[in-house]
Amino acid sequence: MSPGGVPLSWYLVLSAILFGLGVAGFLFKRNIITMFMSLELMLNAVNLSFVAFSYKWGQIGGHLFVFFVIVVAAAEAAVGLAIIISVFRNRGTLNPDDLEAMKL
Amino acid sequence: MTESLHLWLIPALPLAGFVINGLFGRRLSKAAINAVALSSVTLAFLWTLRVFFAARGSTEPHLERYFTWIESGPLSIAVSFYLDRLTLVMLLVVTGIGTIIHFYSVGYMAHDGGYYRFFAYLNLFMFFMLVLVLAASYPLMFVGWEGVGLASFLLIGFWFRKQTATDAGNKAFIVNRIGDFGFSLGMFLMFVTLRSLDFQTVFSRASTADVATLTAICLLLFVGATGKSAQVPLYVWLPDAMEGPTPVSALIHAATMVTAGVYMVARSAPLFSRAPLAMDVVAVVGLVTAFFAATIGLLQTDIKKVLAYSTVSQLGYMFLALGVGGFGAGIFHLLTHAFFKALLFLGSGSVIHALSGEQDMRRMGALAKRIPITHATFLIGALAIAGVPPLAGFFSKDEILIHAYARSPVLFAIGVVTALMTAFYVFRAVFLTFYGTSRVTPEAEHHLHESPPIMTVPLALLALGSIGAGWIGIGHWLAPVFEGATREAALSHGLETTLMAVSVLFGLLGIGLAWWIYVQRPQTTAEPGALARLIQHKYYVDEIYAAVIVRPLVVISTKVLWRVLDAGMIDGSVNRVGRRCLGAGDILRRLQSGNLRSYAGWVVLGAIVVIALMGGLLGR
Repeated sequence: MSPGGVPLSWYLVLSAILFGLGVAGFLFKRNIITMFMSLELMLNAVNLSFVAFSYKWGQIGGHLFVFFVIVVAAAEAAVGLAIIISVFRNRGTLNPDDLEAMKL
Repeated sequence: MTESLHLWLIPALPLAGFVINGLFGRRLSKAAINAVALSSVTLAFLWTLRVFFAARGSTEPHLERYFTWIESGPLSIAVSFYLDRLTLVMLLVVTGIGTIIHFYSVGYMAHDGGYYRFFAYLNLFMFFMLVLVLAASYPLMFVGWEGVGLASFLLIGFWFRKQTATDAGNKAFIVNRIGDFGFSLGMFLMFVTLRSLDFQTVFSRASTADVATLTAICLLLFVGATGKSAQVPLYVWLPDAMEGPTPVSALIHAATMVTAGVYMVARSAPLFSRAPLAMDVVAVVGLVTAFFAATIGLLQTDIKKVLAYSTVSQLGYMFLALGVGGFGAGIFHLLTHAFFKALLFLGSGSVIHALSGEQDMRRMGALAKRIPITHATFLIGALAIAGVPPLAGFFSKDEILIHAYARSPVLFAIGVVTALMTAFYVFRAVFLTFYGTSRVTPEAEHHLHESPPIMTVPLALLALGSIGAGWIGIGHWLAPVFEGATREAALSHGLETTLMAVSVLFGLLGIGLAWWIYVQRPQTTAEPGALARLIQHKYYVDEIYAAVIVRPLVVISTKVLWRVLDAGMIDGSVNRVGRRCLGAGDILRRLQSGNLRSYAGWVVLGAIVVIALMGGLLGR
């Protein structure tokens, strides 16, 4: 009933682990590029569970969502990297703790 | 009368004058301002004459209804005008004297900067006064009543750069508020008991109310009258009102507005005549005012102040007449007084004009030859007010005194003594101003001149009125208006003649005394005694009012109402709410650290909390 006989729960556990790594990376890394990569990791962790559920219940909706997420992530990567380059040129740093000009 | 008389035209014309001069006067030339202001009142006077000739024969009141103003439950107030013989007399006085004084003002105000403003206000006054007189119900009368108060306030404080003038304007307005409070309460009580405020309905239902309620209504209305007509204890504003330009003093504070209270009481005759106690109060207050103000007038040194106290005193006379049931006599005196007091005021204005603004009689004297027309007309006015036959004042004052005697000889006695004082103070003013030795300052002497014809012709017209108005004898003509209210003074012919002789004698005695003291032996004015000082300080009434009423009010207002109630409680609670919000914001502000990873931390925390809650809910 699962592809290759792998049960659904395994996918979900893998997805949760990937998501947790993403969160941890986002919270603890001090480089925007790394944080950005962590963000991508979280998105793809979610994608994995979508696809797994979609396959499990035979519903096409999950697949559609995944494509949306990939498209949005691609756009986000383009804009995000552009911002990061711009920030680095202006401030000479990639440490988010130093980027607090919006603080009250 | 079935045909419409278009009464609305009479107040509408001055209103149009006010609107035009008030809005565009700044840009108009003097000639244009004059044309607007003078033509509006003159046309109003001419229309009044037309109405007079159309309606003089009728004894039935004529009612013109225009539209419903207020409609609420049982209360229905229409804007409608009421015309009977009493209204006609008032209309003729207001528009006639008003027109004369408008013309005089052209000369008097010629050099003043606020020319258009003055005439706009004067026209506004005419509008409200005519509404007051024409109104067919108490609320509409009250509109005019308040309106003339406003115009009076504006004109007393006309020279608003002068502190004393604006203070006097405020005083007039505030003192009148007290009276208006009584008037309003009177109207409320009237509506509660009689279920109407229209003159005709109220008067026809007056007999259904019990005497105690009716007395209360009348006394409350009379409180309003004491404010507007400057009677004890609310007379204090009128002498101060002399800060305004002299034509204003003549028109508003002598001839017309201050007689509004007399008119109102006379108009309410059907109510008052059913409340004997209220009538007695009116008579006593009138007499006390007449006597009291006359004594103050004896020693005033400002020529306009003398005339102001004289006005208060003469208004007292009118109320005395009303109070003893001589409604016709009271209105008769109102008419003659309008002529001679306007004349005296305009005459004093001419003197002041001639002396470049000097008002103190101690710096006048021997002006008779220098300003002959002013002198002659002023003398006629003085003789008229002193009650010398056959001038106007004699007839009306005599009629009042006869009515007073019929009620009680005591009233007559005090009235005659007052007449003596009247003659004395007015002739004291005549002698100090026009006779004796000149005490005019050199600068004033240099500019001394008779007034131009635009001022002297009105004086002459009013002098004619002061001579002739007494012969009209409107008492009988007014009789149908006061049908059933008038208390006839049924005295024998011989007694009437004796009383007449006594009052004339006392008047002449007053003139003689003034002549003796101020012309024959002017140097014997010794150090003033205690009584003289008391009178010179106007019995310290202003000071007493200040100490008893004004000071405590100010103290309570600042210490309690302002500091504690307003600043402490009302402002305080609002400010506390504001401060709490600021404090809460200060705490919440710390969440906005600007640290990207702390935001992410909050998001994660929030997500965990949401998941935990959902897990908890679903798990159940």
